[in-house]
Amino acid sequence: MSESNAPSPHPAPSAHADEHPVNWNHYVKLCRNVFGVVLLTTAAMIATSFSHLGEGWTLKVTLILAIATINAFLVAGYLMHLLSEKKLVYTVLIFTVIFAIGLMGLTVWATNGFPPGTASH
Amino acid sequence: MDIPYTIENRPDTGVYNAKLGIWLFLASEMMLFGGLFSAYVLLRVGAEPDMWPHGWLDVRLGAVNTLLLALSAITTLLAWAACKVREFGKFKFFHGCTILLALTFLGIKSYEYHDKWIHYEIALTGGNYPGKIADGHLVEKSENFDLAKKTGTVTLHGRFVDDRRELMDLRTPAARSAKLGEITIQAADIQKMENYGPKHNTFTAIYFTLTGLHALHILGGTAVIFYFWGPGSRMWRREPERFTNRIEVSGLFWHFVDLVWIFLFPVLYLT
Repeated sequence: MSESNAPSPHPAPSAHADEHPVNWNHYVKLCRNVFGVVLLTTAAMIATSFSHLGEGWTLKVTLILAIATINAFLVAGYLMHLLSEKKLVYTVLIFTVIFAIGLMGLTVWATNGFPPGTASH
Repeated sequence: MDIPYTIENRPDTGVYNAKLGIWLFLASEMMLFGGLFSAYVLLRVGAEPDMWPHGWLDVRLGAVNTLLLALSAITTLLAWAACKVREFGKFKFFHGCTILLALTFLGIKSYEYHDKWIHYEIALTGGNYPGKIADGHLVEKSENFDLAKKTGTVTLHGRFVDDRRELMDLRTPAARSAKLGEITIQAADIQKMENYGPKHNTFTAIYFTLTGLHALHILGGTAVIFYFWGPGSRMWRREPERFTNRIEVSGLFWHFVDLVWIFLFPVLYLT
């Protein structure tokens, strides 16, 4: 590491310090907590997958995806700072979610909609 | 000429330009993976009863990769936080960790792909094996093995089954207790021989498509992170704030890649 890269005791001025004031110890603690929850949720998903909950896979898939969503919320909310983002970013994401749901909805809706005279499989 | 708003936030958007750019890019990525997840849902709900595979992938490897990516997301965040508090040494350390974790992830993924590539399902002709299917990992092919000419032999470590349905759910007690052994098959007895590659069935097709695209994202992200860790880090000396923003933007991409895996792991390995 060159001289100019040496650690400085003075925090850098931040252009958006009001958004994410950085405290090193805070981030270390946050990361420890997030990783702990990720460990737990991963274990919970695996346990659910191998459990004998309900008949078939419907209940298990629902539970596993619910746990995965918690995991995703942690990553998006805390690691990506989505819990404290600007309005424009939320707007972009809301539109994306609407289009993504529409995309999935249309395809699922059309699953059994075969035109007259065509074979279903 | 200075590029505007690389450091300070643009008044009308409230964010610097690269940040808005990466969020718009991630929105398009969400649509890309959303379309593929839709395809997965359609293939799965459209599969014939008992014909959707379970237990084909190693949950232990998938879980290890999940934790590796989660850890790499954390080291990426800490690398950015280190830049924010002007600790370049810490930045180097944590970004280096991210690269190593990403490469380990790709190594495990490659091992899983290889495992599928040498896993064969062989439909046998009626002669010696009436209606049987041989399934297992390739041990060896004889030197003169030629499926077209029907010469030579192939040896698998696996088992015989009567029906393909027996190969679909490997979590059933019967599948778990099945005895595996070395099977040597004459090429003349082979009706069809196919590995567990993308064309094997709809599950392997969507598995390779989803995880392959994800692995490409990991590869691309690793290349960018490596650049910022190595030659690109020279910017730190001249413009530390701009460099920090670059690390934040690459970190956002990396977190998105982690987010995708958070859903890929349960969807492909656990359900």
